[in-house]
Amino acid sequence: MTIKFNNVYVKAVSTVAGKDEKEGTYGKLYDVTYDDYYAGCDTFEQAEIKMISDSVDVVTKKAGLLLSSIDTLIGADLLNQITPHAYASVKLNRPFIGLYNACASLTESFIVASSLLQNSNVKNVLCNVSSHNMTSERQFRNPVEYGCPKPKRSTFTVTGAVSTILTNEKSKIKVSSASIGTTTDLGVTDVYDMGSVMAPSAARTIYEHLTDNNLKVDDYDLILTGDLGVYGKKILISYMKETYGIDLKGKLEDSASVIYNRKKQPQVNAGGSGPACIGLVAFTDVLNKMLTGKLKRVLLVATGALMSPTMNNQKLSIPSISHAVCLEVE
Amino acid sequence: MNKEKYKELTSKIVPKEDKTKNALVAFLVGGLVGLLAQVIVTVLENNFGFYHKDATSVMIVLLVFVASLCTALGFFDNLVSKAKAGLIVPITGFAHAMTSSMLDYKKEGLITGIGTNAFKLAGSVILYGVVAAYVFGIIRYVFFGG
Repeated sequence: MTIKFNNVYVKAVSTVAGKDEKEGTYGKLYDVTYDDYYAGCDTFEQAEIKMISDSVDVVTKKAGLLLSSIDTLIGADLLNQITPHAYASVKLNRPFIGLYNACASLTESFIVASSLLQNSNVKNVLCNVSSHNMTSERQFRNPVEYGCPKPKRSTFTVTGAVSTILTNEKSKIKVSSASIGTTTDLGVTDVYDMGSVMAPSAARTIYEHLTDNNLKVDDYDLILTGDLGVYGKKILISYMKETYGIDLKGKLEDSASVIYNRKKQPQVNAGGSGPACIGLVAFTDVLNKMLTGKLKRVLLVATGALMSPTMNNQKLSIPSISHAVCLEVE
Repeated sequence: MNKEKYKELTSKIVPKEDKTKNALVAFLVGGLVGLLAQVIVTVLENNFGFYHKDATSVMIVLLVFVASLCTALGFFDNLVSKAKAGLIVPITGFAHAMTSSMLDYKKEGLITGIGTNAFKLAGSVILYGVVAAYVFGIIRYVFFGG
């Protein structure tokens, strides 16, 4: 399912990140970084709320807008009941939509925002996604001080928040089309192997986006997936070839594989994960390359594993979803 | 692609864990913990005049205390992620599982936080430990005369 947009533009972006990301590949490009997981708050959850407000502050300043001129906030994170955004939205005091598609939330929020912008009385929509390594560890895995040994195939949840203001005023970066993904499940039950869980849904979304738009891989300068990790990326390449006969031919990059310096940060194993992962790569390095003309058309494919510890304990496999958004330089 | 074929594809790419290395590390570190425990027991018996039964109890209390302290000071998790089963299987792992759970929920109150979650990880060890003790106790009583 692909939708085309003619009036949606990126007005401003902001990225805030934690200490591991600061030590990672794009550490110097983030607007705000924190030196510990608490960011000056009492608990990790409160730190995540603070990261959301900080990134909203930065993005409204960059856009030269007051919060009151934001028509709707769209927020997504990993925690139960989307708690960090629920609490952050009280302070922000603007109309709020909460979303959940795990790590595919960034592109999901873009799809909702772009659709809202089709109404002439909606001018500015703010999308925010966040994740926090410690809050996710607590909710999905073990107590943070337990230090449960992690296998090589596991990924490391990114600490960070990413805000974007989408608008119907013309700017350099256009959101030209988006594809809504379909939930896919190929029977993977291993909670440490999110790359294997998500690769088929990413492949399906990319394939559908290309066929719906009648385009080829070469028409894109970059296809950026969310958080497949180094092994998930390899799986996507072979799965894509075997199932759809499409060769991603060096056009594919995976945010999770590049966000950290994996040699110096062995604790991340196969790479990053979390809704903020693709944002921290796409709205720093990739956006800079688009603004300087090195990249013209980029497909963002955020990948989400819709994992629930309850269902996993009931021995059901993990479904996944990927949504794609195409950004073009105007 | 069906599930079986997909499993074949992923198993070719996803790396296997180095089980031999993990087992060796666990064996050595676990052995060191055992050695440390034996040293404590021997010292207590020879130098402080403890009976063997009391010395082992004191040794367990000491190891639990040290492990919990290290967890609270924030570095035991780094050791566990390196030594793996070497520190998880001995009594140190049990203490660490409880302390880390309690630390995690400290901010959520004494009852609703620490009280409810203290046995989050260690609860099953206690439950099945007690069940196993009963089962083997009964077997011992019935077949070997207690």
